[in-house]
Amino acid sequence: MRRILSVLMENEPGALSRVVGLFSQRGYNIESLNVAPTTDHTLSRLTLTTTGDDLKIEQITKHLNKIVDVVKVVDLTEGAHVERDMLLVKVRAEGAQRDEVKRTTDIFRGQIIDVGPATYILQLTGPIDKLDSFLSALGEAEILEVVRSGVAGMARGEKVLTI
Amino acid sequence: MEQLSGGDMIVRALEDEGVEYIFGYPGGAALHIYDSIFKANSVPHILVRHEQAATHAADGYARATGKPGVVLVTSGPGATNAITGIATAYMDSIPMVVISGQVQSHLIGEDAFQETDMVGISRPIVKHSFMVQRTEDIPSIIKKAFYIATTGRPGPVVVDVPKDLTHPEHKFDYEYPESVSMRSYQPSTKGHSGQVRKAARLLLNAKRPVIYAGGGVIQGEGSELLTQLARKLNYPVTNTLMGLGAYPATDRQFLGMLGMHGFYEANMAMHHSDVILAVGARFDDRVTNTVSKFCPGAKIIHIDVDPASIAKIVPVDVPIVGPVTTVLKDLDAQIDQQQASSERTMPDAEAIADWWSQIDNWRAAHGLWHGRRYGESDFIMPQDAITALYEATNGEAYVTSDVGQHQMFAAQYYKFDYPRRWINSGGLGTMGFGLPAAMGIKLAMPDAEVACVTGEGSIQMNIQELSTCAQYDVPVKIVNLRNNYLGMVKQWQDMQYDSRYSESHYASSLPDFVKLAEAYGHVGMEIKDKADLEPAMREAFAMKDKLVFLDIFVEPHEHVYPMQVAPNGAMKDMWLSKTERT
Repeated sequence: MRRILSVLMENEPGALSRVVGLFSQRGYNIESLNVAPTTDHTLSRLTLTTTGDDLKIEQITKHLNKIVDVVKVVDLTEGAHVERDMLLVKVRAEGAQRDEVKRTTDIFRGQIIDVGPATYILQLTGPIDKLDSFLSALGEAEILEVVRSGVAGMARGEKVLTI
Repeated sequence: MEQLSGGDMIVRALEDEGVEYIFGYPGGAALHIYDSIFKANSVPHILVRHEQAATHAADGYARATGKPGVVLVTSGPGATNAITGIATAYMDSIPMVVISGQVQSHLIGEDAFQETDMVGISRPIVKHSFMVQRTEDIPSIIKKAFYIATTGRPGPVVVDVPKDLTHPEHKFDYEYPESVSMRSYQPSTKGHSGQVRKAARLLLNAKRPVIYAGGGVIQGEGSELLTQLARKLNYPVTNTLMGLGAYPATDRQFLGMLGMHGFYEANMAMHHSDVILAVGARFDDRVTNTVSKFCPGAKIIHIDVDPASIAKIVPVDVPIVGPVTTVLKDLDAQIDQQQASSERTMPDAEAIADWWSQIDNWRAAHGLWHGRRYGESDFIMPQDAITALYEATNGEAYVTSDVGQHQMFAAQYYKFDYPRRWINSGGLGTMGFGLPAAMGIKLAMPDAEVACVTGEGSIQMNIQELSTCAQYDVPVKIVNLRNNYLGMVKQWQDMQYDSRYSESHYASSLPDFVKLAEAYGHVGMEIKDKADLEPAMREAFAMKDKLVFLDIFVEPHEHVYPMQVAPNGAMKDMWLSKTERT
């Protein structure tokens, strides 16, 4: 089962490598990873998606908590939550394709954020499956380059992840 | 406030921590620190002959005393040589602080001379690591390093210090912090009371209980409490390889070691038990054998200070996260309370008596100390050498070992009645551990007998430390069980590879260990005749101020038994002699 783990950790050099190292060292899989400082600059928030049964996720959570730089770990998938991934995609946009790509982007409520003579850069935000659908909907347009931010997420309602 | 250079701060901080010995080896990036050591002349430094030995010596010191071991090495090769010893300490949860010199800050990342990314290389085998970035931070970092190394589940901590930050002319305020508080590191201090209650109930209702105690009981200073609890309940106890001494070996309730080369009665009792109380043990693959067949009828209570050790290998019915001492105290109190408030007698005396008679039958049939006698060979049997060591030292020595058959024979035949006396690399299985570890112990406890049980393979991995022992007068006794083979490799080759001895035989290449010992100024003794074994052992230990190298020629084809059947065996499945399985 796919899980989203949100991790608050000390904004220290080496902290990220400890988290990533844990996954490779113990044979856990990281599907996506996203990390940035929070409003409290001593803390970073890391969101990672991984897969595994309950036993495996329990072990991952325990090992993450064991890392000295890690302050808190939450499994967002345990409760109601929102998740967003951001996609930038550069496509060939020439002739009839130019309009077609724009239409598809509008339907998905995406944006064209760069216009070149023969290319567009499109931006789309949403849950992973929406981004996947968009990529397949682009269909015949020639995709030149894709970059995704990895999932970021939060619990719904009153629940907050702070120290 | 006092102004100190970074180098002086390190030495002063170690002094403030009450460090008794630094084990280390100087080199370019650590020279400012070494100059501070010389000038301060406060904490004694032991100059080893190889950095690996520094870590093992600090490790042995830590295991025997319970205090953290301290290592100082230089950058690059100094740091990488220390890695094996850090990994050894990590696997066995040994508190250790390793300070490594690093190239100057402005050279980091430029592939400078003797540069290696120590924090990166050591990352998977340390509890935590620090790269010092400002001299002012040194006192608080060292304080944190000791705090992290010694609390919760102990482990090694690396502090990497760029050379420029230790420069003698750059001085800053020095004040050693009195306490540490870290929001991201708060080890458990108490077990969950609801779980403790459940555990007590389960234990008191057990009909075939076993207490399975590991190294955590020793590290957590829980031996006495565990022994009291076991005696109060009259329950059988088995210790892991790391836990030997946690429960006294000569006690009637002791079943011996369990696991791959565990005692028949210990493995049988585990397999047939209905309740297992696991304390400070981690269900290692050398204990469980095939996990899916592990103790099918048992409910498991698992006490460990490290939550990640619980339910890692086998599902646990009652997990209790906390230090062994507080949890065992709480458990003991709960047991009293439940016994007092119950209308029937708990535990069920009749069931426990039946269980004991079953165990006694197993013990009588195949118990190592009760069944077999060794004497079938013209050679000295390795088991007899250990028994002779046990008798010569009245069972009170600190015994280190290397890794292989000799390690298992020592674990089986030296009856450890006290914690912290059996010092071996159980987790990582590091050959070359024994001699430097013995050195660290003897330095810490000059009046204690310290023996290193080894083989001719392992001893040669750190034999250069004979020189360190000469320099600092460290009169340990080396008991070399010499069979001219890498014995455990040979045993597996006999069992699984039709005795094709691929690279496990020394032909006629072994040195004359007697002369070698003498070359370093020590005493060497060659023992080939059975009749000489016991007198030689006594003679060696009578030489209190001499390092004695006992080179004992043992039966080359002996195997370690019992051995659990693998693959696909359960705990109860064991080969007991060569007649069952070569």
